[in-house]
Amino acid sequence: MAMISLVLILLVGGVIAALSERLSSNAPRWVALATIALTLGYLLAVMATMDDLQRLQASTPSDPATWLMHFKSPWIPAFGINLEMALDGISLLMVLLTLFLGAVAVSASWTDVDQHQGFFEANLLWTLAGVLGVFMAVDLLLFFVFWEVMLIPMYFMIAIWGHENRAYAAMKFFIFTQASGLLMLVATLGLVAAHREATGVFSFSYFDLLHTPMSETTAHWLMLGFFIAFVVKLPGFPFHTWLPDAHTQAPTAGSVILAGILLKTGAYGLIRFAVPLFPTAAIEFAPIALFLGVAGILYGAVLAFAQTDFKRLVAYSSVSHMGFILLGVYALNELALQGALMQMIAHGFSTAALFMIAGALQERLHSRDMRQMGGLWQAMPRMGAVAMFFVVASLGLPGLGNFVAEFLVLLGVFQVDRWIAVIAALGLITGAVYSLMLMQRAFHGEPNPRFENLQLNDFGAREMFTMAAMIVALVALGLYPQPILDTTQSSVLGLVEWIAQGVAQ
Amino acid sequence: MSNAIGLVPLLPLLSSLLLMIFGARMTRPMITLLGVGSVGAAALATAALAMEFMANPQPIEITLWTWMKVANLTSGVAFYVDGLTLVMMSVITGVGFLIHLFSSEFMHQDASYARYFAYLNMFVCAMLVLVLADNLLLLYLGWEGVGVCSYLLVGFWYTDRANGRAARKAFIVTRIGDTAMALGLLLLFTELGTLDIQSMVGAANAKWQVGDSLPTLACLLLLAGAAGKSAQLPLHTWLPDAMAGPTPVSALIHAATMVTAGVYLIARTHGLFLLSPTAMTTVAIVGIATSLLAAVTALMQSDIKRILAYSTISQIGYMFLALGVGAWTAGIFHLMTHAFFKALLFLGSGAIIHCLHHEHNIFKMGGLRSRMPVTFWSFMIGSAALAALPMTSGFFSKDQILLQAYQQASIGPWLWLAGLLGALLTAVYSFRLVFIVFFGNAKTEPDREIGWAMAIPLTILCALSMVGGYFALPLAQVFPTASADHPAHWVEIVSIGVPLVGLAIAYGLYLGRQLSAPSWTTGVTGQALREFWFSGWGIDRLYDGLLVRPYDRLAALFSSEPVDRFYSAIVDVNQTLHQWLSSTQSGRMRWYIASMVFGLIALLGIAFNIAPGAL
Repeated sequence: MAMISLVLILLVGGVIAALSERLSSNAPRWVALATIALTLGYLLAVMATMDDLQRLQASTPSDPATWLMHFKSPWIPAFGINLEMALDGISLLMVLLTLFLGAVAVSASWTDVDQHQGFFEANLLWTLAGVLGVFMAVDLLLFFVFWEVMLIPMYFMIAIWGHENRAYAAMKFFIFTQASGLLMLVATLGLVAAHREATGVFSFSYFDLLHTPMSETTAHWLMLGFFIAFVVKLPGFPFHTWLPDAHTQAPTAGSVILAGILLKTGAYGLIRFAVPLFPTAAIEFAPIALFLGVAGILYGAVLAFAQTDFKRLVAYSSVSHMGFILLGVYALNELALQGALMQMIAHGFSTAALFMIAGALQERLHSRDMRQMGGLWQAMPRMGAVAMFFVVASLGLPGLGNFVAEFLVLLGVFQVDRWIAVIAALGLITGAVYSLMLMQRAFHGEPNPRFENLQLNDFGAREMFTMAAMIVALVALGLYPQPILDTTQSSVLGLVEWIAQGVAQ
Repeated sequence: MSNAIGLVPLLPLLSSLLLMIFGARMTRPMITLLGVGSVGAAALATAALAMEFMANPQPIEITLWTWMKVANLTSGVAFYVDGLTLVMMSVITGVGFLIHLFSSEFMHQDASYARYFAYLNMFVCAMLVLVLADNLLLLYLGWEGVGVCSYLLVGFWYTDRANGRAARKAFIVTRIGDTAMALGLLLLFTELGTLDIQSMVGAANAKWQVGDSLPTLACLLLLAGAAGKSAQLPLHTWLPDAMAGPTPVSALIHAATMVTAGVYLIARTHGLFLLSPTAMTTVAIVGIATSLLAAVTALMQSDIKRILAYSTISQIGYMFLALGVGAWTAGIFHLMTHAFFKALLFLGSGAIIHCLHHEHNIFKMGGLRSRMPVTFWSFMIGSAALAALPMTSGFFSKDQILLQAYQQASIGPWLWLAGLLGALLTAVYSFRLVFIVFFGNAKTEPDREIGWAMAIPLTILCALSMVGGYFALPLAQVFPTASADHPAHWVEIVSIGVPLVGLAIAYGLYLGRQLSAPSWTTGVTGQALREFWFSGWGIDRLYDGLLVRPYDRLAALFSSEPVDRFYSAIVDVNQTLHQWLSSTQSGRMRWYIASMVFGLIALLGIAFNIAPGAL
């Protein structure tokens, strides 16, 4: 019940935020913050009362009793559809990340969104509700419903509060995600049908569907359906082209949520569904997935370097970083999977922060064009220093979370395929090239003369507080990642064993 | 005391963080106290540690916390202190402190005084982590950390685009090496199951035979990392440009410490390199080739800092030569003496630049001997040590390298001969610098005197450059002992005599003017050759054409996002179909009736064809 409540708090909070706009323009923001804080507080309270956190030490994907939480209540019994949700270490971390970055997004919207604040914050909270549902649903139809719940408010956020080319970007985002969602629905129905054919039972439950005997061909096609749906969301090369437009046109808070959280639902889907539901097919498909991962790393990096728009550059850097996740998932060993999970979290922080900086610059300069920037460090040293931090985080400086992630992925991939690891490692060089270029074009060099007529305020207390939180998080991830690794370890081990068993059968 | 090892890197780290967060609100004396004081305190702690170690020379290991533990990977934030570590720590904190003190005067007028010390302290911390690390992953953290600090400090005066370019070049070129090194780590871990340096070397010796191909591959990958960081062929091009940073930075990072990290890495993993004679020989050849190439280039330069930069590249080449012939102790010995005399020379050049309105061109200097006496003597002593004139510190270390190179089994005498040629060139270019800058007619008048904060470090470094050759390093337990044989006497005598010949040539060419430049250097070919050498053998241009511009072009080619064209094509097809179909909705009744009639006929026709009997 607790898990449903988490989603409900956010949904109801969204309604209140929408209504509270009548009080003042700031009210929705405070309501949004309070709602996120309440959700987080409730989650922590539930966790605190749980006497068996040690379940983190032993969980198998197929046995809900080994998960931290499990809830099941009938919804459409005729078709075996339930309100079934479950939480393991991976879900827990993703939920925490979502709430953390949700608060960051509210902070980012504080001055950025200046009309219909109520509806904006409502959309933001509803997206978060959908994401939380996605991270916890283990009934595949319920999962699909939440998948749509997070999509539609996001569409509104881009279409209503976006920048100059928002209509195009929002439509592109919608069509890509909707088409891939449809593919997932079809694959889900196919899987349920296969399960019914083999066992005679209708069930949409993850725990039942894991045990679906099916022919190799069926498994291949169904796996491909899930894979494409999630890789579009991730996004992986060559399904990434919606992302630069959506990220660039979205309002700052939207970019933060998109890059920080929504992309992770794709990665989560791969780890939770696309791989364990079809272990043999996933292994056979792995070389292609690894290739797409490497292609994404390099393609994203080259395109990031070619951009002149600050946000577009960061968007392409996400494509590059998501390539590491694809690699990490499909190396299918513990090191690489842990790396992929770490990347999901670390990339969430580093990219969210870079998008906030982009938003702050747009507010001050009314431009994202780096040719209109240069020498901004002088006027805004605090922002410059913060940007420097996140730029080096994003290029994978050891001591910060992104390095732990990328190194573990490379280590895991190297054990599977050395050449893939070697080519992926080139991403470390190309990553440095575009990252430092960003710093140069925006903050270094001679101050651009057009600044003279502009009021360039450095980061204020609210912005510095938000940034400091993310800096601390990345340093903690980089220097002491063990608590995070421990939280996901049993689920990762369970998954690796599950695949080994699936292949053995 | 051994429990306080962590304190040594912690002090500069804390100071750096304080300066970053509160620096803007601090007064200059406070900044100086923190920035210089923290490194001074770290030096004292190192001295105490060294004292303890001398009493009981056993390696000390401490684990601060577990960094990451995944599957069979366990990596701690753990330190390992032996004689080699202590030598490095002493150089970093000792020479580092002197350079910090020098900076407090050199940078005093700079608006970003706090930012400067924040970066410089952070660098010291990262460098200490690099040498203290007991595993390669933590070493890599320090390794990348010093790289970022170097980037920040080279581009310290960021408003000049050229500085930004130099900083990026420094970072990216070294990162190419770093990436190879990271691959080496992946290979070593996958093969040996650990990254802990001591156990890794043990495992390697248990698993591999001398001459196996895997240790060679691993060593060559590590060598690539070392070559990047230590500015050796073919990754040396970043160092001359890195001179864009403030001069004390060049002294600390690009002469005394960071650029010797590659030497440290190979020395630290010597147990691995001993498994691969091929890799060892490669190290030696890379070293000597770099050394010669850089020495020739140094001879052509007119910018005082670029001369010293090429000289640094050349001297690190000697250290690589030493490592490659198994003269581990001599290599580290030269690392230390080089840190003394090269820091001295860089700080000396800083003093000149400081007093001469930021003049870098040696041909616009001259006659500074009487006007800047402290700096003059600094340069005399520093250059004498650099040229390895007898009784200076550089003499002892370089002599050992040359003699042990001679004894190398396969190509020893050739290495020795090339090393001698390098020594000759070194003496010529170092005294060319001294004679042009300090003798002759004054061309620019200094506008100020250096104060005590600059004079004291110069004086101490002068003393160290003179007597550093008599230090006994506690390296006996770290490295296998070198062979006790000595080469023939004439080899020793020639090794000692060559630098003196170089000094004489420099005197003749640049001071006494008894010699004139050989005629072939003035013709068309000579001119071209000089330009070629001046540009560092055209390697920058080569990379520009081979890597930089193709990458730019690639990016420009892809910038229109070719993948998206596929999706745009789908959109276009849809739109065309849409227009096509909507054009039939014309509102003209005739068309509608006509199309209905034709449609009916067509349908009937189809139905008749499929089921002829139905009609």
